[in-house]
Amino acid sequence: MLTAQFLLLGAVLFCIGVYGVLARKNAVMVLMSIELILNSVNLNFLAFSVRHDSVDGNTFALYIIAIAAAEVGVGLAMVLLIYRNRRTIALDDLSEMKG
Amino acid sequence: MLVAEATAEVHASSGWFLEHAWVIPIVPAVAFALIIFFGKKMPMKGSEFGVASMLASLVLAVGAAWQWIQRVDGVSHAAHSVAEEGAKHGAPFVGPIIREWTWWQSGGFEFGIGQHIDGLALTLLVVVAFISSLVQIYSLEYLRGDRRYTHFFAALTLFSAGMLCMVLAPNMVQLILGWEIMGLCSFMLIGHWWEEEANSRAALKAFFTVRVGDMGLLIGTGILFFSANSWTQEHLGVSGFNISGLSAWAMSGAASQSALTWGAVALFVACIGKSGQFPLHTWLPDAMAGPTPVSSLLHSSTMVVAGVFLVGRLYPVFWEGLKIGDTNINFIVLIGGITIVIAALLAFVQHDIKKVLAYSTVSQLGYMMLGLGAGAWLPAIFHIFTHAFFKACLFLAAGSVSHSGSHHSFDMKKDMGGLAKKMPITATTWIISTLALAGVFPLAGFFSKDEIIDNVGHNGYHAFMIVGLSGAFLTAAYMTRATYLTFFGEARGAAAGEHHDEHDAHAAHDDHDDHDDHDDDGAHDAHGSHGPHESPKLITVPLMILAALALVAGLANATPFGSNWERFKKYVEPSSEYVVAESAMASGPGESIVLPAAEEGAKKEGCAVVAPEEGKVCYFPTVSHAKFKWSKAALSLVIVAFGLISSWLFCVQYYTRRDRRLVGLTERNVVLRGGYKVLWNKYYLDALYEKVIVRAVAYPISRAAYWFNQNVLDGIVNAAGKISRRVAGWVYRNIDQRVVDGAVNGSGAAARGTGGALRPVQSGKVNQYGALLFAAAAIGALILVIINT
Repeated sequence: MLTAQFLLLGAVLFCIGVYGVLARKNAVMVLMSIELILNSVNLNFLAFSVRHDSVDGNTFALYIIAIAAAEVGVGLAMVLLIYRNRRTIALDDLSEMKG
Repeated sequence: MLVAEATAEVHASSGWFLEHAWVIPIVPAVAFALIIFFGKKMPMKGSEFGVASMLASLVLAVGAAWQWIQRVDGVSHAAHSVAEEGAKHGAPFVGPIIREWTWWQSGGFEFGIGQHIDGLALTLLVVVAFISSLVQIYSLEYLRGDRRYTHFFAALTLFSAGMLCMVLAPNMVQLILGWEIMGLCSFMLIGHWWEEEANSRAALKAFFTVRVGDMGLLIGTGILFFSANSWTQEHLGVSGFNISGLSAWAMSGAASQSALTWGAVALFVACIGKSGQFPLHTWLPDAMAGPTPVSSLLHSSTMVVAGVFLVGRLYPVFWEGLKIGDTNINFIVLIGGITIVIAALLAFVQHDIKKVLAYSTVSQLGYMMLGLGAGAWLPAIFHIFTHAFFKACLFLAAGSVSHSGSHHSFDMKKDMGGLAKKMPITATTWIISTLALAGVFPLAGFFSKDEIIDNVGHNGYHAFMIVGLSGAFLTAAYMTRATYLTFFGEARGAAAGEHHDEHDAHAAHDDHDDHDDHDDDGAHDAHGSHGPHESPKLITVPLMILAALALVAGLANATPFGSNWERFKKYVEPSSEYVVAESAMASGPGESIVLPAAEEGAKKEGCAVVAPEEGKVCYFPTVSHAKFKWSKAALSLVIVAFGLISSWLFCVQYYTRRDRRLVGLTERNVVLRGGYKVLWNKYYLDALYEKVIVRAVAYPISRAAYWFNQNVLDGIVNAAGKISRRVAGWVYRNIDQRVVDGAVNGSGAAARGTGGALRPVQSGKVNQYGALLFAAAAIGALILVIINT
């Protein structure tokens, strides 16, 4: 079934994204992984939207795209500032939050 | 019955002033509030309110008196025209105008407030309002620049309101209210210059001495109420506080004799305190510490008369309770007689001019009490009337002397003498009033005092007639001494123009220093440095008015000139007719009670002798009046003349010529020295009260209180302290330390442990946070899946 394949693709993308968030040291790569996760969720919304023949899923997907864009904007700005201050964007070096 | 109809018509038109007499005390009461709240901001510092309110009260009182005269005239005219034999019945009954409203209720008792207007009430209303007005006008000048000028006028106005309220009272409750207002105000006024300790002590003494008597007032009112209430409710529909109810009850023959006697005695104790009778007269001379207008108002014509008024008002109670009609000695007469003589003797040894007048007042009050006690009701009330004018005049003249003549000193021996030439108006008014007080024909005092003495003898109290006559001699003598020392002879001290050192001359009346300064700046120059001179108009005009009245007031009841001159008897003396008992309670505004007029066929014996029949009541005992005889009057006139002349000659010899046989007599002669010492120490009464009674009462009490305090109270307190300390210790150890602190420490330790356990989680590594997030999300998802399947 078409829906199942969409869901499968979403799951794969989600797993890749999670892996990227957990494993990559580069902050930009982490942000990109987060985008992957968000888009995998988008795929799920659209798949169920098509299956149930309603526009609710589409609406959610549109919102998520808008919010993801904003989130990337904020995230990249933070990365840029971190780079300016420390000349690196490796997340391992940013451990000031250690309790 | 025609009489009743005719008089009923007259009653219906009793007039606005009579119906609204209750406004009279309200005017000064309102003025008091205005003075207190706005007085200081007014151009005349609040005194305008006081003077205006007293004048308004005077107008209302005079209007009411005028309408009362119309009413009595109407009734007696009707009585005479209808019943030709009216003369046989005596005066027809003219009902008082009683209006009463419920003031408050408590436990089924209703306490009323209102008015009881008859001749007696109106006499005092007019006198009080008149004297108060003049005294307030006089005070405008006398107290100018005083440091508590506004408060002085406030207290003076409230004082008058209290007296007016008492005089109007239709029941004992309102009477006590007015009585106590006066007690409070007299305290404030006597202690007006409280910075000096003697003054505040005098104020306290006045207050406490009067309070001793006031206990009698409360007890007596209680006794009468509880014995009379059921009778008055049944027969007249009023409570046992109602004055006309009490009068009728006392005359009804149904009253218990012991209740009447003890009630009358208790009430008379209150009168002893208030009216300065022996042995509670000691407060009155000390009360001269107040400003002179206060002495004039409180202690000559107003406050001290309250006791006399009470006896006159509830006369049937005293009449029946003390058997005035049947005995030749009773409690009132005895006290009055003693007071006349002891006070008059004390007046001889005083140096302070105001104290002479104070003792004179005490002595004259003794006359009034003597008259009331001996059944001479009308002369006694008439003596209140005349005495008010000449005694107020004497006090104000004394104030005028100190104000302008003796540099604020009241010491006759040190600072006065020879002032007659310097202060002619003051001296003239003083001398007129002195002669009136001594009872010289035809001045005011003659008609009242002589009537008292005459009637006392006529009613069988022969011993007391002699007391009265000797009192007349003493009065003439001590007043002559005071007159001579003040106005004649050589000028001494301040009267001679000597300027004392500030604090030497003023030692006794230092308090005047402050309001002294205005005179130095004023238009008329300082009296201290320029010697005595006549007082300004605001002082002399009231003096002249009062002196004129001292001249002519006696004509209001001039018994010697025949019955047409006996206006007081006609308008003031209550009728002793039998009256049909009706509700004596007026229900509300616009209604005055109408008591039916004289019943036909009254018994010849009269009210006091035979109890009224069923359904009828009496409001006043039948008192007999002595027939005036010039022979009797001549005796007292000769005595008075002898007193005046002998005292004058003695004064000339003693004070001016310094006769060697007289000067120093009290040092040489043992008997005289002893007598002088007793008088100088005021019979040791003050010493008795303060050293013996107060010591005997207060010291054991204070010792007992100290013991009680130390042993009982402190024991309780200490025991309570120990117990609470133990309880607190236990609580501290067990509850506070273990439970509360345990909980606090436990939660702290738990938080610390948890924090320590969770610390490694906060690694600061973003990836780890992410892993935790996803792990948590995965666990959440897992739980969701498990629940939903």
